[in-house]
Amino acid sequence: MISSTSETILSIKDLHASVEDQEILHGVNLIVKEGEIHAIMGRNGSGKSTLSKVIAGHPSYKVLSGSIQFKGKDILELEPEERARIGIFLGFQYPVEIPGVSNLEFLRVATNSRRKELLKSELDTFEFEDLVKERLKIVEMNPTFLERSVNEGFSGGEKKRNEILQMALLEPVISILDETDSGLDIDALRIVASGINRLSQPNAATILITHYQRLLNEITPDFVHIMADGKIIKTGNKELAIDLEKSGYDFIDTNTKEKEMAK
Amino acid sequence: MKSSTISEAWLNSLPPTEGYLKNEQAIGREFLLEKGLPSKKDEAWRLSNFNKLNSFLSLPTIIDSEDTKYIFPEKDGNRERIIINPHINPILNINLPNGIEKLNNREIEDNLGKIVKSTNIKNDISVCLNQASSSELLALKVRRNFDHSLEIIIPSIEGKSIATRIFLLIEEGAKLDLLQIFTGNNNSAQNHLIEIKLESKVELTHGLISLGEEKESSSICTLAVEQSERSKYSLHSIHHGWDYARFEPRIIQSQGEASTIIKGLQVTKSKEQIATHSLIRFEGPNGKLDQLQKAVASEYSHCIFNGSIEVPQKAQKTEAAQLSRNLLLSKRARIDTKPELEIVADDVRCTHGATVSQLQDEELFYLLSRGIDNKHANSLLLKGYYDEVISHFPKSAGKWKFIEKLI
Repeated sequence: MISSTSETILSIKDLHASVEDQEILHGVNLIVKEGEIHAIMGRNGSGKSTLSKVIAGHPSYKVLSGSIQFKGKDILELEPEERARIGIFLGFQYPVEIPGVSNLEFLRVATNSRRKELLKSELDTFEFEDLVKERLKIVEMNPTFLERSVNEGFSGGEKKRNEILQMALLEPVISILDETDSGLDIDALRIVASGINRLSQPNAATILITHYQRLLNEITPDFVHIMADGKIIKTGNKELAIDLEKSGYDFIDTNTKEKEMAK
Repeated sequence: MKSSTISEAWLNSLPPTEGYLKNEQAIGREFLLEKGLPSKKDEAWRLSNFNKLNSFLSLPTIIDSEDTKYIFPEKDGNRERIIINPHINPILNINLPNGIEKLNNREIEDNLGKIVKSTNIKNDISVCLNQASSSELLALKVRRNFDHSLEIIIPSIEGKSIATRIFLLIEEGAKLDLLQIFTGNNNSAQNHLIEIKLESKVELTHGLISLGEEKESSSICTLAVEQSERSKYSLHSIHHGWDYARFEPRIIQSQGEASTIIKGLQVTKSKEQIATHSLIRFEGPNGKLDQLQKAVASEYSHCIFNGSIEVPQKAQKTEAAQLSRNLLLSKRARIDTKPELEIVADDVRCTHGATVSQLQDEELFYLLSRGIDNKHANSLLLKGYYDEVISHFPKSAGKWKFIEKLI
């Protein structure tokens, strides 16, 4: 689906960001074009989740320098809800439970916010129910999930499926899925992965943040990036993920040591 | 002795009454004359805003004959409605369905005032205020084994203070779904004393929607409930929009062996002060209590909760849980919450807890990250917060639009 004329969706340049006054990202560079699937791998604490939160506009994270552009437009000044409405979607590693808020109402309000941005008509309760029931099939979810409170009492797998359901409803331009595979058994992983595959569009892109190569068996990435110490230190194709699975992250330490020696 | 002076002036302005309440009035007035108004030294009134209490007591209680029109939502088909209109003696003015009837003289004499007296509250000012000022009594019973739904509406009158006295006797095996609505008006005050006696095997679901709505409205309500063995009582209450409100639910399980559920919500904004002082006492074994009190305070407002639970020696095997959960939405708002458990029996399971927090940032970010704007996200979260209490109200109660008002 990638062609040389593909438009750039996301362009991150020399991004430095901190949380609680501690700099976590030390100069991230990344370009994502239409139709591309990127995987970002790395150890815990390498900055993967921070990167996803910074793109989504989490208020606890501060951008110190560098830029993030979405379709050529600087988004750093945009509020999280504005970023979501123009098509930036963050699939949470730990989807938040919100007791008392009906999942159905939440999904409808969110969907309508996005539809408004796309100049589509807002859906009333009945129209939305039709839409959501159709999209539920993508993640093989039971409609009873809609009656429950947002993520409350959902199993790990159900929470992740609920994330993909939101992705299916919001039809984002770029989806950043933060460890969507963690905590999933094989069946749930297959359902989630097939959902992501079915939702991929030639004019949209996906960033998968993951620890393991197993998700990449189900979803073939065009690029695999390795993050360490708040930077992307290596970029390759699917083979890189396979090599990583075999040899582990030790080479990072070797690289670092070599660099230190060189200094 | 400034407070006493105000009390005396107010007492002198109160209309006299005849009948059952004559003696009650004398008791209430005598008490207030002797003790005056509460002061900061009274533990139960320590946090109360006395300026607001004084404005409560400055309103005239004499209702002129000018007719007051109210517009209420349509009544439910299956729920009898009683509107307490201070112009008209409520006892004379209601059509009662089969199974609900007025108490006869003997029943009133046998019961009136006994439940509230058995709560043994020292310097019981809220009750005395009502005794001194109420001149009409609504006394009803739900007959044995009947199953009824009832709605009692008590509106306020602009510039006036009203006092109501209600006694309900629910006979053995009967079921009642009671919905009470108090509404405020500009510069108005309400003062209620409600006593409910549940005989054995009674099930009472009691919803109380208390909405101040207009400016400078205030409300003081004492609710005294006596539960006989194997009775079930659940109280769901909302207090909102009053400049000053005080709610005192007192529940006595007179033989234990009964179940009580209380879910209360008070929501304040502006400079409002709303307080709940609850008392639950177990007078026998195997009683159960599940109490949740929620409060949300914003702007400069103040929410107070004081929750007493008494488990004397004879109340073995009591299981009581009390939880006070509070949301503080502004730095200038204030929340006071105090559990007061007095447990003498040794074989019981009693738990309590209190939390004060703000809206959770992670919950808010989750909603924002789905494109929902800040205002809408906040109202969704608040609605979610209220849900534990408001989900217990009958669906038809939604016509009072209290959810919309709370958000």
